[in-house]
Amino acid sequence: MERRADNFVLVGVGGQGVVLAASLLARAFLEAGFDVKQSEVHGMAQRGGSVQSFVRRGETVRSPVVEPGSADVLVAFEELEALRYVEFVRKDGLIVVSRDQIPPLSVTAGKYVYPEDVLPKLRKRAQVIPVDAREISEDLGNVRMVNTVMMGALSALLELHEEVWYAALRSSVKYALDLNVKAFRAGRGSVLAG
Amino acid sequence: MIHLKVLLSGNEAIARGAYEAGTSVISGYPGTPSTEIIESAARYPEIYSEWAPNEKVALEVAIGASLGGARAMACMKHVGLNVAADPLLTVSYMGIKGGLVIVSADDPGMWSSQNEQDNRHYARFAKVPLFEPSDSQEAKDFVIEAFRVSERFRTPVILRTTTRLSHTRTPVEEGERTEYSLPPDIVLEPSETVMVPAHARLRHPLVEQRLAALEEFGVTFDLNRIEPGTGDKGFITSGVAYQYVKEAFPDSPALKLGMVWPVPRELVRRFAETVNELWVVEELDPILEEYVRAMGLRVRGKDVLPVVGEYSVSLLREAVLGEKRTAFMPDPGLPPRGPVLCAGCPHRGVFYHLSRMKATVMGDIGCYTLGVAPPLSAIHSCTCMGAGISHAHGLAKAFGEEKSSSVVAVIGDSTFYHSGITGLLNISYNRSASKVIILDNSTTAMTGHQHHPGTGSTAMGEPSEAVDLERLVFSLGIKWIRTVDPYDLEQTGVALKALMQADEPAVVIARRECALLKHARRNPPFHVDQDLCRECGLCFRLGCPAITKDGSKAKINPVLCNGCSMCEQVCKFGAIGGAASGAKS
Repeated sequence: MERRADNFVLVGVGGQGVVLAASLLARAFLEAGFDVKQSEVHGMAQRGGSVQSFVRRGETVRSPVVEPGSADVLVAFEELEALRYVEFVRKDGLIVVSRDQIPPLSVTAGKYVYPEDVLPKLRKRAQVIPVDAREISEDLGNVRMVNTVMMGALSALLELHEEVWYAALRSSVKYALDLNVKAFRAGRGSVLAG
Repeated sequence: MIHLKVLLSGNEAIARGAYEAGTSVISGYPGTPSTEIIESAARYPEIYSEWAPNEKVALEVAIGASLGGARAMACMKHVGLNVAADPLLTVSYMGIKGGLVIVSADDPGMWSSQNEQDNRHYARFAKVPLFEPSDSQEAKDFVIEAFRVSERFRTPVILRTTTRLSHTRTPVEEGERTEYSLPPDIVLEPSETVMVPAHARLRHPLVEQRLAALEEFGVTFDLNRIEPGTGDKGFITSGVAYQYVKEAFPDSPALKLGMVWPVPRELVRRFAETVNELWVVEELDPILEEYVRAMGLRVRGKDVLPVVGEYSVSLLREAVLGEKRTAFMPDPGLPPRGPVLCAGCPHRGVFYHLSRMKATVMGDIGCYTLGVAPPLSAIHSCTCMGAGISHAHGLAKAFGEEKSSSVVAVIGDSTFYHSGITGLLNISYNRSASKVIILDNSTTAMTGHQHHPGTGSTAMGEPSEAVDLERLVFSLGIKWIRTVDPYDLEQTGVALKALMQADEPAVVIARRECALLKHARRNPPFHVDQDLCRECGLCFRLGCPAITKDGSKAKINPVLCNGCSMCEQVCKFGAIGGAASGAKS
């Protein structure tokens, strides 16, 4: 299952740690000796809104932007956001999605309905790897580990050596390193076991 | 010494460049996408870094340091340079001493801005050179070059970035700091530094000569280079657009301009002679293109390329080669997830009432602009920093006190210190019974919690004297002042009602720290008793992202809830409670 992937789109909801996860991925590629660019926009978009981050790696990376239809992997921290950005992923690509639903205000206000059957809809586009990231994170006693769990899950699908990831974790995690390593291992284990 | 590469955002790289260049003073005001420059610079103890109340002050501070002979930098977002335009246009005439670099972070695509202005115009307007890096390594290197050019030509230099550069991390090789030695004494020659007409008249011709010398310098300057290639099309480009060009047309010749202004016409001519079809690829306005065309050259660009938004590789290939691209079109049936006021945001208490009072609200720049979103829908204007207060005064003068009695201005604390003070002074001086609410959340929240004159701490984490906001407002001539805690909906409602009935200039200060601040006073998450919930939907009117629907009953997401208790206060059936029920700390 391990594959070479160059273009990544990470999506989620503001506050879920999408940007931190993307910077962990980018550091892992840098550790492994690749050129890499990690790009996102923040500011107003951050406040509980839909968030996306791009990571590209290669011998030489030019544009920091992943084009629609060209992502090898879409990593989604929430199901609705996976559906929103599904067209970024190539048809033979991979969608790693956290089995979590966070209804936006437009749903609470009754103007929209949260979509049903998200996974089957995603499967129409590409191969889907569901991850119970919130459950795993809650089991670890900290609901804010979802992003690290997801990166652990992603690591099981890529060709990078495990040690590279731990080096990246050590250089990018500023506090609670042990817990993050645990969360990473749990996410990685959940995919390897599945 | 060999240095390993590190991943730095464009903004972090600019701060690193300033560090390595021996910069001693950096001043600025937070604004996306520029904020992280000063946040990063403040981590180098060798650089004095500060948040100024606004960009005009920041640039004036940097000019002062430069006049003394130090290397200095001022950082701001694109619209910030509008505020700082006054000193910019005149410092161009002055004889600066230490290198002076002004960073302008533009925002093509308006990811977090009220307009999409192209600040390269300012280089032409102020007759100063403008550098434009295309990745973080260049961002760092160009800062160092910019200081050299600034000192050699005795000119301020604008370093222009865009969101896509400022917020992209790319590998950077770090170097050591080279201390820049200050002169032993401050010696100011009035003919160079006192811009009275007699002096300025002598300086203007020198500015024109300097611009001509810079153009000549630009022809052989390393940052401007011709990259040879094959094929009939050749591209003049700069900044992030250069990266798109290199990926879209890897074999084509390119003229990469690192110093975009003044345009090195001789180099452009040389390049044009080697290609059949000359293109200019630049985001936003056709500044280079029009200049190249004015040289008498046939050039293509904005005939097919847009003047709005960001570019991309596929956008270029579609425009230049006619290749069809797939634009990103999310399913329109999906529920949108726009930015909203956070769970526990203290502004919500004020907007909840303003919405119910059907007030006409002159808004401003900050998180609270999000009060425009439904269901609160309580912002009716947003122009620029400080504008809301003056808009309210203008409405009152045009329509009379009675007809404008439902008009109120809202402004955040940081924005008030930036540009609100003068507007309030005008209300008090020119006597309109305008109403103003200062939303004091004790930080610059939207850009990620920067300190300001009211927080009691500096950018470098030193303790400082916090402004006494009530006394400041009083000193501006406002006698009607009330302070409320917006978490207390009843008290806030009473104060806002009294405010709207005041027949004199009046100010409510709604004070409660941003719920996302580390030291914010927090309660445990609240919850809904499903048996007591009568599905009335009143709590949904708060527009809190932590309150969701469970069937038709309300439910609170404990991960998001910050325990502000506003939902408990609006619930008429006692269905909502917290672990520490009723606690407003």
